[in-house]
Amino acid sequence: MDVLTLSRLQFAVTTVYHFFFVPITLGLSIAVAIMQTAYYRTGNESYKKMTKFWGKLFLINFAIGVVTGIVQEFQFGMNWSQYSRFMGDIFGAPLAIEALLAFFMESTFLGIWIFGWDRISKKLHLTAIWLVAIGSNLSAIWILAANSFMQQPVGYAVRNGRAEMTDFFALITNGHLWVQFPHVFFGAVATAGFLILSISAYHLVKNEKHDVFKKSFKFGAAYALFGSLLVILVGHTQAQYMIKVQPMKMAAAEALWETENPAAMSLFTFGDEANRKDIFAIKFSGGLSFLAYNKFEGEVKGINQLQKETEEKFGPGDYVPPVAISYWTFRIMVGAGFLMLLIAALSLLKAYKQNYEFKPITYKIVFWSMLLPVIANSTGWLFTEIARQPWTVFGLFTTANSVSNTVSAGEVLFSLIAYTAIYAVLMVIMISLMKKFAVRSVNEIEIEDHEAVEDNILSKA
Amino acid sequence: MDLNIIWFILITVLFIGFFFLEGFDYGVGILLPFIGKEDRERRAIINSIGTFWDGNEVWMLTAGGAMFAAFPNWYATLFSGFYLALVVMLLALIARGVAFEYRSKKDDPVWRNRWDWVIFVGSFVPALLWGVAISNIIRGVPIDANMNYTGNFFTLLNPYSLVGGIASVLLFTLHGSIFLSLKLTDTLLDRARNVAGKLWLPATALLFVYVIFGYFDTDMFSKLGVNPGVIPILAGVAILSVGYLLKIKKEGWAFVMTGITIAFSTVTVFMGLFPRVMVSSTNNDFSLTIYNASSSPYTLQVMSIVALIFVPIVLAYQAWSYWIFRKRVSTKSKLEY
Ligand code: HDD
Ligand code: HEM
Ligand code: HEM
Repeated sequence: MDVLTLSRLQFAVTTVYHFFFVPITLGLSIAVAIMQTAYYRTGNESYKKMTKFWGKLFLINFAIGVVTGIVQEFQFGMNWSQYSRFMGDIFGAPLAIEALLAFFMESTFLGIWIFGWDRISKKLHLTAIWLVAIGSNLSAIWILAANSFMQQPVGYAVRNGRAEMTDFFALITNGHLWVQFPHVFFGAVATAGFLILSISAYHLVKNEKHDVFKKSFKFGAAYALFGSLLVILVGHTQAQYMIKVQPMKMAAAEALWETENPAAMSLFTFGDEANRKDIFAIKFSGGLSFLAYNKFEGEVKGINQLQKETEEKFGPGDYVPPVAISYWTFRIMVGAGFLMLLIAALSLLKAYKQNYEFKPITYKIVFWSMLLPVIANSTGWLFTEIARQPWTVFGLFTTANSVSNTVSAGEVLFSLIAYTAIYAVLMVIMISLMKKFAVRSVNEIEIEDHEAVEDNILSKA
Repeated sequence: MDLNIIWFILITVLFIGFFFLEGFDYGVGILLPFIGKEDRERRAIINSIGTFWDGNEVWMLTAGGAMFAAFPNWYATLFSGFYLALVVMLLALIARGVAFEYRSKKDDPVWRNRWDWVIFVGSFVPALLWGVAISNIIRGVPIDANMNYTGNFFTLLNPYSLVGGIASVLLFTLHGSIFLSLKLTDTLLDRARNVAGKLWLPATALLFVYVIFGYFDTDMFSKLGVNPGVIPILAGVAILSVGYLLKIKKEGWAFVMTGITIAFSTVTVFMGLFPRVMVSSTNNDFSLTIYNASSSPYTLQVMSIVALIFVPIVLAYQAWSYWIFRKRVSTKSKLEY
């Protein structure tokens, strides 16, 4: 394999891996902060135990989120140096701001939160976890501002052989960012919601019908429902936005070869990508028009026409992204979304009825549903990034031009293998630890809470 | 003064923050298996940096981000050029970060012992490689007219950079041992003091060897003059004073002095570089400078405003976090990690 392919593979592996943990951090930090707020307000010990229980899982997850993020930060220079030269004027800014504004905040206050239990005032301690939550989510906004530029370049001019920033505010008011961030954010809320929901169900089934897990189950269900509902609604808006900004992406998502009016939505297509035609397809007529314009008619452009238009604009070349991957990743994400909505709604209903008995099959479904948002997150990103190909910056700079020209295929192969290996090992370790702390009973949380405190390592602040 | 110069200074400041802060937590990581003999002791050592290490690491990330934003060509040439070395460093940092969080989450002595060595290696490798990298930046590496690095991994391993690497490991370890003398109690305190006393001489000696090497291997002396000015001299005086301060048990001052050595050595290197950011050994005209490597004036302006507002805020809350967790850690303390 050549440098380009290897670098893309490495970027995909490391970024998707980073994004296993990111949504949990984003969603769970807020969940833990809410629990702790409830404890602060009511003084109810159950809320304190919830904070500690979910807080522990949060920390185990956070650690991997941080270390995999470091790789991301360096990777643009290491593997995409030509991209960094061409785009650095614009792209470096949000990354630097992210570190300065968000990473400092989340890491410093997380330290204060971990070590602050019973050592600093309750109010300060509560403030710390909220600052962690805010910091994490701020970091998401900045990195997504960078990514949104790649999807829809704004506020720039091509000068001196590179893209230069002309309007910083255009960068942060980019329309793409403000559909992308909510989608990612609510997806993260749903991800954390399902984690809480599934693990609480485990405890309820193991006959630990403690208040802590009843409350958690209910909270998890409500949080998951809220997230799922909004991620779908925003997703719809996002799809409408995409038709305007990156029509080729939508055409690929729907495997729409020819322009149609009214355009049909594909429910299932088995196609022949090389010859750009369907082999077998079930379609819902007018569906795609509806998705795009909220009415059952309206033109949606097809791949063949878009390819022609793009060639007229940028010269000969293949501007069609891998259709099959785009099509299926999009469907898996959307499918997972609707399943999540259903499961979250039914779970919340159960919690309202105070019904904490599970049939084995219900339990299995609820338990494994924690994987649905993980799948949706990964396929969502795979779709967003792969269906943007052949561009790294849409309409401006191609992936083939982005790759480092001084790094050899052997070197990238080495790093790819090394990262993959260490990530695999970490995954095993992390899951074993998560398991260990997820199955803890309420008693065990209490024991830890009363660990001998002979002296405090800091003064009261 | 134009914005390019201001950003050069700001990046110097970020590197000072990084080497000063992460310097001692690398040092603590390196010393962990040696000063801590049993589990509770090792936990106390890790907890002494528990609150801080991640915040310290962000100094490195911010320095990297600032290079990307202000001098994209520097970021691109350096990171793609030093590829393999950086991969190794990243692997070390990945393992290290996880180790702090995971080490004490299982009661198994084998598990814990393994993570302790991960922390050692994970701290040693970046401490070494940053020394190697900085030395190569100033010594010069092959860079062509298009700002592309044309050497390979072994180009980076030369006597000067290796001495630089070992010197930085020793200096950070000394800095870390003094930090521990300020944070620990009882036997651990004695051991930390003892190690600091022993490390001082080799660290100082190597630093001077490194300076002498620099005379032959870099153009720093011809640039700064035989009398290089107060800053490098103070860096030297500071490290010399540490030996005495340790003897009279003034660890607080000793820590200030190793800090000054780290900060002023960093300033010296950057002064030697200025206005270049990477020296080309192929042809001095191919060197990257704060002008040919920089972002547009507009981006620099935007970034200046952001930095002006947020750097002081970050400094304030980080300092505050050090203040509230200033008490010593003992094996009897409530330990989180
Ligand atoms: C939507 C959110 C999001 C996305 C798309 C990314 N990240 Fe991330 N990143 C976070 C959200 C986040 C976070 C929530 O802030 C993390 C995850 C877990 C954590 O510990 O913080 C984090 C951690 C994290 C760290 C460590 C921070 C620390 O030490 O505290 C770095 C350096 C990066 N990320 C860099 C990147 C880069 C360069 C990305 C682009 C490819 C990237 N992340 C994608
Ligand atoms: C965390 C969520 C993300 C995931 C899961 C993700 C996934 C991917 C994948 C799978 C690719 C490979 C596409 C291909 O080769 O066909 C890719 C490429 C890339 N992405 Fe993302 N991405 C994410 C976020 C980002 C962000 C936030 C940025 C920028 C700030 C970014 C910048 C890039 C770049 C530079 C490439 C390389 C060029 C390319 O292959 O397109 N990505 N990403
Ligand atoms: C069911 C309805 C859903 C719809 C209609 C939808 C729609 C979309 C669209 C159109 C994109 C691509 C945006 C672009 O590239 O411009 C996208 C990306 C994405 N989706 Fe979804 N989505 C849905 C459900 C979900 C769910 C349930 C999750 C996760 C919990 C999720 C996570 C993501 C992520 C992480 C991305 C990539 C980031 C981004 O571009 O926003 N999606 N989604």
